Amino acid sequence: MNVLVEVGYLLATVSFLGGLKFMSSPKHAKAGNLIAATGMIIAVLCTFWMLTTQTVPSINLIIIAVAILLGTIGGKIMASKVEMTAMPQLVSLFNATGGGCAMLLGIVEAKQASLGSSFLGMQILLLLGLITGAVAASGSVIAYRKLAGKTKDNRNVMVVLGSRTLLLSFILIPVLYFFGIIPLPFEIVAYVMAFIALVYGVLFVLPIGGADMPVVISLLNSITGIATALAGFVYGNKAMIAGGIFVGAAGILLTLLMCRAMNRSLLKVLAGKFKKGKVAEDAEEQNIKETNVSETAMQLSFANKIAIIPGYGLAVAQGQHLCGQLQQLLEKRDAQVDFIIHPVAGRMPGHMNVLLAEANIDYEHLKEMDQVNGDMAHYDMVLIIGANDVVNPAAENNEDSPIYGMPIVKAYQSKQVVVMKRGMSKGYAGVSNDLFGMDNCNLLFGDAKDSLQNIINQLKLI
Amino acid sequence: MEFIQNNLDIIYFVIFCIFIGIEVIANVPAILHTPLMSGANAISGVIMVGAVIMMFQVPPTNYITLTVGGIAVFLGALNISGGFFVTGRMLKMFTTKK
Repeated sequence: MNVLVEVGYLLATVSFLGGLKFMSSPKHAKAGNLIAATGMIIAVLCTFWMLTTQTVPSINLIIIAVAILLGTIGGKIMASKVEMTAMPQLVSLFNATGGGCAMLLGIVEAKQASLGSSFLGMQILLLLGLITGAVAASGSVIAYRKLAGKTKDNRNVMVVLGSRTLLLSFILIPVLYFFGIIPLPFEIVAYVMAFIALVYGVLFVLPIGGADMPVVISLLNSITGIATALAGFVYGNKAMIAGGIFVGAAGILLTLLMCRAMNRSLLKVLAGKFKKGKVAEDAEEQNIKETNVSETAMQLSFANKIAIIPGYGLAVAQGQHLCGQLQQLLEKRDAQVDFIIHPVAGRMPGHMNVLLAEANIDYEHLKEMDQVNGDMAHYDMVLIIGANDVVNPAAENNEDSPIYGMPIVKAYQSKQVVVMKRGMSKGYAGVSNDLFGMDNCNLLFGDAKDSLQNIINQLKLI
Repeated sequence: MEFIQNNLDIIYFVIFCIFIGIEVIANVPAILHTPLMSGANAISGVIMVGAVIMMFQVPPTNYITLTVGGIAVFLGALNISGGFFVTGRMLKMFTTKK
């Protein structure tokens, strides 16, 4: 192959790595994205440079050009239209396209491999690429549908058993084929595997609970990366191998971080299981105190150091812009307002940060849980909006609780706590929250968006 | 054994990629995890390069394969362009006001 092409792929690989490296600070992240995108353009152009040494029929070239053009325009339109709250859906959808590309690639190559006398290792790589691509594609489509509220969780026994049977067949069918027990051409085996993998992707994501979706999205992302790397082996293309591995590593790392933040093992998440604590027995009567908007506004106006802990509920109510307004209003009164974000708030890793950034909240005011937990007693007032389990002290002091051991924001240590909730419904983990019964805690019932708007209106009058 | 000997270079390459990837990504703060993920998603679109190489080799009379390959290239391009544009849009919002 042409040296120039190889150098180009090397450049692309380095720029992928550089782009990811630059993502480690908000200041440079934009440049990082640009660098990675440039690397991608270099990789694509290099591929076309191969045309100088080989002849390709013009109809093929026309199809390639049209496909790239349509894909680029389509991606740009989808990216500029999406609402920030719908970001996780879109990322899943794009992930599905990557997986789909890997799957189709595998299908076409399987036909080629069937014709030629390709060796065993290549066939195994092809099958693995095909399976991972197909699982990522159909799994991501289901993840997209679940996040968009179009598909509900399904923990039917048949779904769980079915997915395990299919998982087993991923190993069994290729083994049987390679030992010559299944007398079918490689091509047919590949098609069957692709079909099974597509079905498996659906069954694999269906039972996973709504709040576990961040874990699944990053896992599927990682699987697409692995599919890319596998395809890279087939073509002996180092840019594909490296790019795929970086994505795979990022996905696995984020998956494990998410699991740790929820104190759940990856296996439990994948099985769609929940730890059953002795919840029903110790349902003591809680002595909760209700507050109202004007009282909360009054408290806020006297507080100097305020923390807002946003959760899934805020994202659902689309109240992030009002949070930004509230912050500006309070800062004009010389109060310090921080946003404390639990790692699993939102619907994908770091989603809440994006939502708050959209509402023009300076990222310096976005604090991570570990950053502030030692300092919680200094907050005059903590406003909890739509978050429940991530502030539940039971995670620290109740060994029977299903969420025991999960890292939480120690909101209960602050001087005053106001929890904005729609009703007394329990959080995702289904446990009562001891925080609500504490002396320094008041509950403000109502829709988060309405309550925030009313608080802002009141504050303007004070 | 023979397999390892023949592919030693690529095995080194893969192992180094895994370690470098994890080291680089582990330093990304939680604040940027969503852009990181969608950026990584866009990078996985490099699979399109494979689809293009494949399309170079398809006989021009094999219409079914041409169509399937064309769809593969389209999906790859969608992944790349969508991924980078949406990451850029998100990152534009992470600004510091002084």
